[in-house]
Amino acid sequence: MTTSPDATTKPRLSLRKQDARFAWLLLIPSLLVILGVTLWPILNTLYLSLFNAPSGINQVRTFVGLGNFIDIVKDRTFWETIGRTAYFTFVSVGLELVLGLAIAQLINSKPFGWKFIRFSLIIPWAMPTIVNGAMWRWIYSGDFGALNGLLMQLGLIKHYIPFLTNSVTAMNLVIVADIWHVVPFVALILQAAMAGLSVELDEAAEVDGASAWKRFWYIRLPLLRPAILIALIIRTVEAFRVFDLVYIITSGGPAYGTVTISYLTYMNSFTFGKLGTGSALSFLISIFTIIMAVIYIRFLYRPEETSA
Amino acid sequence: MSKSVKLVFTIVAIVMLLTTFGCKPATTNGTGSPQETVSPVTIHIITMDQAAMSTDEEEAIARAFEAENPGIKVQWEFVAYEAVHDKIVTGMATTPPAYDAIMVDVVWPDEFIKKGYLLDVTDRIDQATKDAILPAAWNGVTRNGKIYGMPWLLDTKYFYYNKDILQQAGFSAPPTTWEELITQAKVIQQKKLAEFPIAWSWKQAEAAICDFTILLVGNGGTFLDANGKPAFNNEKGVQVLTWMKQTLDEGISNPSSSVYGEGDVETNFISGKSAFMLDWLSGYSNGQDPTKSAIVDQFAFAPAPVFEAGKAAGIMGAGVDGSTAFGVTATSPNADAAWKFLTYLSSEAVQVKYSAKQLPIWKAEYTGDNLTKLLAATPSNPITLLAFLAQFPFASERPNVAYYAEASAALQQALQDVFAGNKTPQQALDDAAAIWIQLAGQ
Repeated sequence: MTTSPDATTKPRLSLRKQDARFAWLLLIPSLLVILGVTLWPILNTLYLSLFNAPSGINQVRTFVGLGNFIDIVKDRTFWETIGRTAYFTFVSVGLELVLGLAIAQLINSKPFGWKFIRFSLIIPWAMPTIVNGAMWRWIYSGDFGALNGLLMQLGLIKHYIPFLTNSVTAMNLVIVADIWHVVPFVALILQAAMAGLSVELDEAAEVDGASAWKRFWYIRLPLLRPAILIALIIRTVEAFRVFDLVYIITSGGPAYGTVTISYLTYMNSFTFGKLGTGSALSFLISIFTIIMAVIYIRFLYRPEETSA
Repeated sequence: MSKSVKLVFTIVAIVMLLTTFGCKPATTNGTGSPQETVSPVTIHIITMDQAAMSTDEEEAIARAFEAENPGIKVQWEFVAYEAVHDKIVTGMATTPPAYDAIMVDVVWPDEFIKKGYLLDVTDRIDQATKDAILPAAWNGVTRNGKIYGMPWLLDTKYFYYNKDILQQAGFSAPPTTWEELITQAKVIQQKKLAEFPIAWSWKQAEAAICDFTILLVGNGGTFLDANGKPAFNNEKGVQVLTWMKQTLDEGISNPSSSVYGEGDVETNFISGKSAFMLDWLSGYSNGQDPTKSAIVDQFAFAPAPVFEAGKAAGIMGAGVDGSTAFGVTATSPNADAAWKFLTYLSSEAVQVKYSAKQLPIWKAEYTGDNLTKLLAATPSNPITLLAFLAQFPFASERPNVAYYAEASAALQQALQDVFAGNKTPQQALDDAAAIWIQLAGQ
């Protein structure tokens, strides 16, 4: 019986495969950290969502399968909260995109003091959200608020208005606070993308007689689509999970009119001690955000533009 | 990739692994048993940054304790009252827990005991100590004959009024009934002495339930009936909530009351914008602080009013129990050290020294020479002590049930729904009562 040399000797790995193996070996510590701080909590949350799990030491957990999810989707409060959160998300992200684009365009046209404007933009963005929330809460105060003071000085109101006592107004004012905080982030992303655009197309269109608006709408905006997509995805995910601003400015009031899905999750998990329900809500938040990200990618992502 | 580069990367990877997974908590010695460690025990304790003594005073107490006990360090964590409960729930999820000792508000012990958070300290308290502390102080930490903490604060909400405003309005005495308050408020408004004569802490928080308790009890109502079933939705409760809504609609109450917490109410009152408020005892010190207040020496205490109907039924006063204790966490590795600090924090000497914003829990301090010393301990004591003795006997407890947090949230929503005009008082309270029944059955 004869045997081929390949069957009797251990095959030598190519240099490339050896390096790949070594790279994986080096990645093990980082992967273990990621497993520990990301994957394990996610799996544990998924596991918890299948139980009636009251918070506390040595509390008995009862397996309820998908019971928590079913209870949540059957609850009117959940859908009201989703509606409220969707309103917050689409209004705030929409306005942030429009304002961010306008500011980016302004900076990109390099008017007098544009470097100062760009630097100033960082201030609201750099401010911690909690500080931002506390600041806006005082601005909106019905007795001492700067907004009331301003409107009074301008002669637009005769009495101070308790803005936060109406749930619709309160939600819109939380949106204003969010916009003030986040518009710089969107503007800086878009401005960086604008700075990288080729000017030749723009100049050619100008020579052909295209107006500034048409050049922006038909040339610049499509080229900015990848940057817009990034800003939209990041901001939508963040906005849909909004918690801290609501917690500080309105505490979910008045009449639960500003309770968002993250706030509802927080209340169930930590105030009411229903860890199973809270975990199920967390998963539902993830599902909603993934759906929104997929929709954005489906409609906005153009690989040929990205590669160009 | 050269062998030397691979070697360097391998070493870095091993170091990272060891650093990440080789860490373990430092060994501490909180049991009094000899251990090799030389570092002092650090106890972590969470409390509210609101009402009672100030955080500066609490830090000073901790430093004084550390000086007497070199082996123990005290690390306070101060958070807003609204955040304390949820921080505790989160902090107790780890092993060992984030806190060795926790604040226990009077409405939390049932829940915390059920969840296993609190160490049973019955055996650590001798009979002499039990007898020496006012019985009301033990209520917040005693269940089924077992003690789960050290009493610390006896507090209730007081009725404050602005003397100057009342005098200018032509009233020589504060109101004794809520109906009388409305009469006085209307005159105050007519004379433009205050746009909104009273502000309340009726935001969607526990503070609203404290105010509701005072009003409910003052109208002859109760939260639960003799069978433990919700009774706040009977005619007494509905009358109270209707009255609350009416004062908002008529502009007697500051319209921002539905979103104001206790801090907002206090700021409003001590800036001279309102004539009346309900607040804890610490409101007095803040009102007398010229760096914060525009009404130093212009305000006073009066017994909290009741409703005419309550008065006719023989109700002499109404209040809410806002007492607080501290408990050692059941899984703390530093239980002995934590308990030692808690007994120091609530000791007679410390409580007398820091009595400006909270009065002692010790019976002996209210008689004989001790009383004289207590009155002289701080400039405010001669006034706050009288107010305490007049108001605290009427302090009513909110329901002692393990599901209180969720039940309170349902009642808060009922109040908010009425303020927002979403529901009638009857409808809102009935809905809340239905939730209470459901929670009690779980």
